[in-house]
Amino acid sequence: MTSTPLTPGTPPPPPPPPPPGAAQAPMLNVSDTSGIPFWRLVLVEFRKSYDTRAGMWLLIAIGILVGLVEAFVLIMSLVHSSQVYLTDFGFIGTGLGSLLLPVLAVMLVTTEWSQRSAMVSFALEPRRIKIVMAKWLVAIVWVLVTLVVMWAFAVVMTAIAAVAQPDLTSWSGTSGSLPAFLPTVLDQILTMTIGFALGALLLNTPAAIVVFFLYWYLLPGVLAAIGAIRPWLAHALEWINFRVAMSPFLDGSIHTGEQWGKILVSAFLWIALPLGFGIWRILRAEVK
Amino acid sequence: MITVDHLTKTYGAFAAVDDVSFQCRPGRVTGFLGPNGAGKSTTMRVMVGLTPPTRGSVTIGGVKYADIPNPGRHVGVLLDASAQHKGRTGREILRLAAMTMGLPGQRVDQMLEVVGLTPTESKRRLRNYSLGMMQRLGIAHALLGDPQVLILDEPANGLDPAGIRWMRSLLKEYADRGGTVLLSSHLLNEVELIADEMILIGQGRIVAHGDKAALLASRRGTATSLVTSLDNHALGTALAGAGFGVQPRGHGLQVGATTEQVGRVALSAQVVLTDLRDGGATLEDLFLELTSTAQRDAIGATS
Repeated sequence: MTSTPLTPGTPPPPPPPPPPGAAQAPMLNVSDTSGIPFWRLVLVEFRKSYDTRAGMWLLIAIGILVGLVEAFVLIMSLVHSSQVYLTDFGFIGTGLGSLLLPVLAVMLVTTEWSQRSAMVSFALEPRRIKIVMAKWLVAIVWVLVTLVVMWAFAVVMTAIAAVAQPDLTSWSGTSGSLPAFLPTVLDQILTMTIGFALGALLLNTPAAIVVFFLYWYLLPGVLAAIGAIRPWLAHALEWINFRVAMSPFLDGSIHTGEQWGKILVSAFLWIALPLGFGIWRILRAEVK
Repeated sequence: MITVDHLTKTYGAFAAVDDVSFQCRPGRVTGFLGPNGAGKSTTMRVMVGLTPPTRGSVTIGGVKYADIPNPGRHVGVLLDASAQHKGRTGREILRLAAMTMGLPGQRVDQMLEVVGLTPTESKRRLRNYSLGMMQRLGIAHALLGDPQVLILDEPANGLDPAGIRWMRSLLKEYADRGGTVLLSSHLLNEVELIADEMILIGQGRIVAHGDKAALLASRRGTATSLVTSLDNHALGTALAGAGFGVQPRGHGLQVGATTEQVGRVALSAQVVLTDLRDGGATLEDLFLELTSTAQRDAIGATS
């Protein structure tokens, strides 16, 4: 190969351009290689969700918290000799889940950026959308696992109550039967997805968690305060209040098209929009 | 195998990589050399699709990186050995990569052995790794998929002298088996010994490329020799008489001639030489000179 060294200060002429069509250049034979199947990426992302101390302890903490709260409710019920329903335990657990599972979802996304392992993940699979989808699926898996654990706890707690106060314990329930629990599963997945979307949008763990909690705690109050000014304002705000819009769906009282419309509009605002921009950002981002 | 074609990457008005074109061929180690901030890492990130280029393109064996199915099986990449979760063990990091690529678990143990990480070390978390261990793990990660092409950014960084020698022979053997290696460094000495071909980059532009001999050959016009003899005065007079520039230097003389020319003059002047060597530009001089406009400590640096 010829050399083209130059004195400093003068702009060097470009080196010989590569041959057109790369006719002389050796070709990479990729015909025998199949792409990485999606299920394998899901398995990898699943493993990544618990193979670090931080990930493992977050999962353990979710389990412990659910157990503690349900045990506390059981003890209080027994002390006050109040009626105990199996489904009550289940629904108490979901309240916790909607706080902790979004944090888990945030961390699935943002850890790649704070630890800079995205450089490796996206070098091994340049089709970044597949990795993002695999992560979301893993987050759904953890939502389902958490719900199963909640119900397992609920059964244990109810069993204890049934022994202690058989007359006051019911294995059915007033709050709803098991099919009524299915909307809750969907609600948990959607709430987790808000966390996931914020993680993708901000790519920063503390920022995404703070914004999620602001959304969760502050927003309902702010919307209520604004709505208190004028009734028509309160009516309009119902269209962007996702949590309020979901309540008829959750208690099975959803009938009108307007109710569905409010869910769709508010879900678009709080889930689709941040998720869309977040994914767009991840797909285009320069990974350093 | 790697073809960089008129690659430009700008950040606002700043061109990190400015119209860079070069090729890396199979069976050869190509050294990518330049001072800090010259654009080496940016070029390599574009190669593997982590940074979108502003203009131009990179192909590997005629294929865009993003179009390679399961790219880890074709291209081994080490851009930053510390860009991994610090809470994972070395073995776990390799395990995840092996899973992604669809490789059996034994491959992880094989590669740990190749890079000389003991089973105990492999079970430590990355945050407890030394820079050298991290670098070895990164090389193991790059070799895991048995790729035909290696892209390594500052792989010798943090390795001790024995480690650098080990890496040198590893990459030489890899290239001898037909592999393509592109490795970057800001240290000339590292690259000089490994690379069959060198690409010198400064301020985002290629300032020179070729093999070592070709690079040095271009400097013949300014050849100088260092000579010491039993009678420097007589030799100096004879050399000046032959039309060469002579200056005293240390115990001897610096002459504006090749060693052969000095030897001939000494022979005819019948002066006994005790030392005669090439005092001309070394590769290092060339490197510094060519990239001087990009050096932070250059005086009056303008482009």
